[in-house]
Amino acid sequence: MLILDTLLIGLSSGAIYALMALALVLVWRSTRVVNFAQAGQAILSTYIGFEAMNRTHNYWVSIPFAIIAGAAIAAFVDAVIMRALSKRSHKGSVSEIAPVIATLGLLGLIRSLTGIIWGNAYVQYASPLSGKGYSIGHHTIPFSPQNTLIVIGALLVMASFAIVFKYTNLGLALRASSFQPEISRLAGIRVDRIRTIGWAFSGAAGAVAGALVTPTSYLSPNSLDLLLVSGFVAAVIGGLDSLIGAVLGGLILGIGFAFILQYVGTSVTFSAAFIILIVVLFLRPRGILGSQIGRRDA
Amino acid sequence: MSGLVLTDFSVSHGAIAAVKNLSFSVEKGQLAAIIGSNGAGKTTLLRALSGLIPATHGNATWNGHSILGRKPEDLVRAGIVHVSEGKSVIPELNVKENLALGGIWRKDRADVAAATEEVCNLFPRLRERLNQSADTLSGGERQMLAIGRALIARPQLLLLDEPSLGLAPLIIEQIFDAISQLRHRLGLTVVLVEQNAMSALKIADIGIIINVGSLVTSGPSTKLLADANLRAAYLGY
Repeated sequence: MLILDTLLIGLSSGAIYALMALALVLVWRSTRVVNFAQAGQAILSTYIGFEAMNRTHNYWVSIPFAIIAGAAIAAFVDAVIMRALSKRSHKGSVSEIAPVIATLGLLGLIRSLTGIIWGNAYVQYASPLSGKGYSIGHHTIPFSPQNTLIVIGALLVMASFAIVFKYTNLGLALRASSFQPEISRLAGIRVDRIRTIGWAFSGAAGAVAGALVTPTSYLSPNSLDLLLVSGFVAAVIGGLDSLIGAVLGGLILGIGFAFILQYVGTSVTFSAAFIILIVVLFLRPRGILGSQIGRRDA
Repeated sequence: MSGLVLTDFSVSHGAIAAVKNLSFSVEKGQLAAIIGSNGAGKTTLLRALSGLIPATHGNATWNGHSILGRKPEDLVRAGIVHVSEGKSVIPELNVKENLALGGIWRKDRADVAAATEEVCNLFPRLRERLNQSADTLSGGERQMLAIGRALIARPQLLLLDEPSLGLAPLIIEQIFDAISQLRHRLGLTVVLVEQNAMSALKIADIGIIINVGSLVTSGPSTKLLADANLRAAYLGY
């Protein structure tokens, strides 16, 4: 029973890590930027969901608000900030790292912005679903209705991404632009626009993560920061390039985390993510599904 | 004037002029072979014509309209399609997806389907491999795929960068045959950049020989092939 309980804990947190990893991978694939602002974008969209909840008193209505806000914020970050930055810093040693540093700056900026608007105190963004585990006979399992929602929500996001990427022209354009931007432009794809759409998908995935996980704890301007670390570790475990890898990485990390906490102890909470990362990278230096085909230089 | 006209066309990489004051014209429906050794500026010229890099001086017009300062994705919509050097396919996608890319922006879906069918008839090996990853194709098949993708855009002006690069002589012959057939059948204007001077001039109407970015000479390809001095100096046989 204990093993099963631990698996369930891992499944729910793994689903959230997977969403965050998906968000990071979508941006990395298309722009080669490690988007530290992702945690900020997700916190802002979650506060917008929180605001919608306060006005409508309906958690279910607030989720689409958060998702649309997350997509719009990400599209804005790419179209206004990233695009201008990459056009201005074509050459020189700073050009590679400048966008990454910019995302760090943006993370700080969004955090203080949310602090100014909503205050720094912990607030509740509550779901109507119970956070208490289901009971089977006398045993209460560590898996609640809200955890069920988290897993179903994450599955829905993954399934819709899979359908869009595999079966639509938009998905084909997204894949082609991230693999070979120059050939894609020569084929007639407006790569800049397609990239912005990729960012919007990323923002939406992060927003779903924020809106689903926040009811299990509390909301504050930096309540999703640890999630950024976990999402990043999950993305790297999955190979950083692969959407399926991101999902697998999230699950491995979530379940691995749960077992370490259960059988090793809570004192290693923070280092556990890195221990898992190092073990996986030792076994598979490219990540689980990292690409083997040489990619473009830029 | 109809066709492609270059006037004092220059392109620089930083301080280095890669293409210098090049002037020539290719009439509509003609096949022009641009011949020159490695580093002659051929690839740079094509990249500037398709909008991938900016020209630094001069002008280029297609059917009387300037094509300078326009993005590659807009030029594709205007009928100017560039098949870049090195079998430009996307190895992570399968053959069908690579072909689909060529018509992804087009509204006329029925014609995209018809064009795809024509390409599969022209290159039956692609039809056999539609669901295979482009990564598994041979060099010749990749070149067919790259040209096939370009055709699905229904181009008027096709810019081909070294389609013979790295291919066996027999395959080169097949590819050049296909190019020759296509342009007659579809009335295409073709600019073919090649190091393989002999094969290119054989199917071309006119030849343009460039060396370190400058025009050496241009004229009907039969005349260039007959010129003993040129043959020795630039055509390499």
